[in-house]
Amino acid sequence: MNALLEMHEIKKTFPVRKGIFQRIVGQVAAVNGVSLSIERGRTLGLVGESGCGKSTLAKMLVGLYPPSDGEILFEGKVLAGPDTGAEFDATRKIQIVFQDPYSSLDPRLPVGDSIAEGLVIHGIGDNKSRRKKVGEILELVGLPPQAGDRYPHEFSGGQRQRIGIARALIMDPEFVVCDEPTSALDVSVQAQILNLLKKLQAELNLTMMFISHNLAVVKHVADDVMVMYLGRVAEVAPVDDLFANPRHPYTKALLSATPIADPERRGERIKLTGELPSPINPPPGCPFHPRCPLANDRCKSEVPALLPAGPATVACHAVEEGRDAA
Amino acid sequence: MFANTKKVEEFAENMASVDTVKGRSLWQDAMGRFLKNKAAVTSVILLGLILLFSFVGPYFAQWTNEEIDWSTLGAVAEKGRPSIESGHYFGTDDLGRDLYSRVIQGTQVSLMVGVVGALIAVIVGTLYGAIAGYFGGRVDSVMMRAVDILMAIPYMFILILLLVVFGRSIIMLFVGIGLVSWLSMARIVRGQTLTIKNKEFVEAAIATGVPSFIIILRHIVPNLLGVVVVYATLLVPEMILTESFISFLGLGVQEPNTSWGALISDGAGTIQYGTLWQLLFPLFFFVVSLFSFYFIGDGLRDALDPKDR
Repeated sequence: MNALLEMHEIKKTFPVRKGIFQRIVGQVAAVNGVSLSIERGRTLGLVGESGCGKSTLAKMLVGLYPPSDGEILFEGKVLAGPDTGAEFDATRKIQIVFQDPYSSLDPRLPVGDSIAEGLVIHGIGDNKSRRKKVGEILELVGLPPQAGDRYPHEFSGGQRQRIGIARALIMDPEFVVCDEPTSALDVSVQAQILNLLKKLQAELNLTMMFISHNLAVVKHVADDVMVMYLGRVAEVAPVDDLFANPRHPYTKALLSATPIADPERRGERIKLTGELPSPINPPPGCPFHPRCPLANDRCKSEVPALLPAGPATVACHAVEEGRDAA
Repeated sequence: MFANTKKVEEFAENMASVDTVKGRSLWQDAMGRFLKNKAAVTSVILLGLILLFSFVGPYFAQWTNEEIDWSTLGAVAEKGRPSIESGHYFGTDDLGRDLYSRVIQGTQVSLMVGVVGALIAVIVGTLYGAIAGYFGGRVDSVMMRAVDILMAIPYMFILILLLVVFGRSIIMLFVGIGLVSWLSMARIVRGQTLTIKNKEFVEAAIATGVPSFIIILRHIVPNLLGVVVVYATLLVPEMILTESFISFLGLGVQEPNTSWGALISDGAGTIQYGTLWQLLFPLFFFVVSLFSFYFIGDGLRDALDPKDR
């Protein structure tokens, strides 16, 4: 095992404040004990519905939030944890591509300056070599090198996302977090950006975490897939295995909800009842039990552990007990 | 097939030149829109002329602002009228001093008060507001409560107190106006900062490891400037009005210095003696400048429309 990035029992809670004195009345557990490891050169797809903690996880990775508990290891070194107190020092090696290409570029800066900002801050190269590098990286993402002199409002959404990717890549990162990089783009452009990301990953030997709520996209780019539900990991599996043979009842429901572009094939639709519970007040036991068709008394009281099941690891009592065969 | 190879070549040439198009910043875009606004452009020209007048005007004056034309004394209403041949283009004031020179002097003082006051507001208010908004939390609470407290004290009271205690001087006037002018600017800027700091480009900068202070100067402040510029142009006339009001009360600039407010006050005092020009000339410059500043502010607001394109 050559894990580039590991997370151990990562938690992130946000205080809920109320009243004039901003009293803390509760905690939202956005991420509640997530452990994972990503090997060098592989892509982990992260899926789950809105509010399940995907983006919070990504922001902790790039140092935008410190985790409340647990630790993140990068290349075997502790990157962040509640007690390290150290400033995030891997800002160069871990980069992020944001979701919304319209707000991720400073409208008042020429995009070349936005791209080169990391180089300037980390004191890499002089003005001339930076300019040259910006040109090279723009060509790499399929834009003319002169584009660096222009401003963000002169580009389309797809072009802006390419610029966002260029900004991440100019630091020669080893790990790139893509926080739903295609969800703000239209379908034809989505495909271009995805193929660009795949191509760049192969060329530059990048390790990626790819966050999305579009399962088809994840299927296209990921090697492994992690399904999250309400701040916890539900299932981790290699991509083909997950799509062919989902184990966790939530994964099954998620997959069955994917639209299929074939009117003849009507997949069996598993309809979940109820709403996503509030993370301020999560249900006891398995977070999924109020909506789970297989829930029993054990699920209502005991949090399931992530256990290996074939090539996958699943957090579900029903799978563990073999009740999921139906 | 290619019946017109020349056309094709031309097209290829055009294509080659497309790549070299220079980017246009949002500022350049805004400038284009501003220049299409007739009222605003006219105001800029008028203001420019007034400014020019205050610098070039003295070379045409035949009397300095301190000389007293003894021949007019006691008969200002008849002999102190505006006339070319006596050299008093705008007439004389009640003491026989040349109003033309006095108006020039007043213009300089009033414009300076307005610009300096607005400048203090822009620099102090922008940095203060941006820092409070960006760091948020306790820092923000403490900084903004301080602003609230300062705002709760009537500024006219502070200003009058300052001028009475430390004596009337232009420096004291600047200090007093500077003390109060940045408060509302800080509030506006802080509000804007709150919306900007959650944009992803700020997060991107944090993730790359850019220090907070550089983020404020490089990403937050330039994105605030649209609002700040508009507000500053509206602040200049406000400062001039404040100074004029204080001078009107007799507390502002001290003789032999003068300002629009002081001149208007003098002119209003002598209105029943038939020397209407003593009121009208300073009033004309005052009103034209204020209108110009307001129109420019309006024009800038339209031009710098914060909506993203």
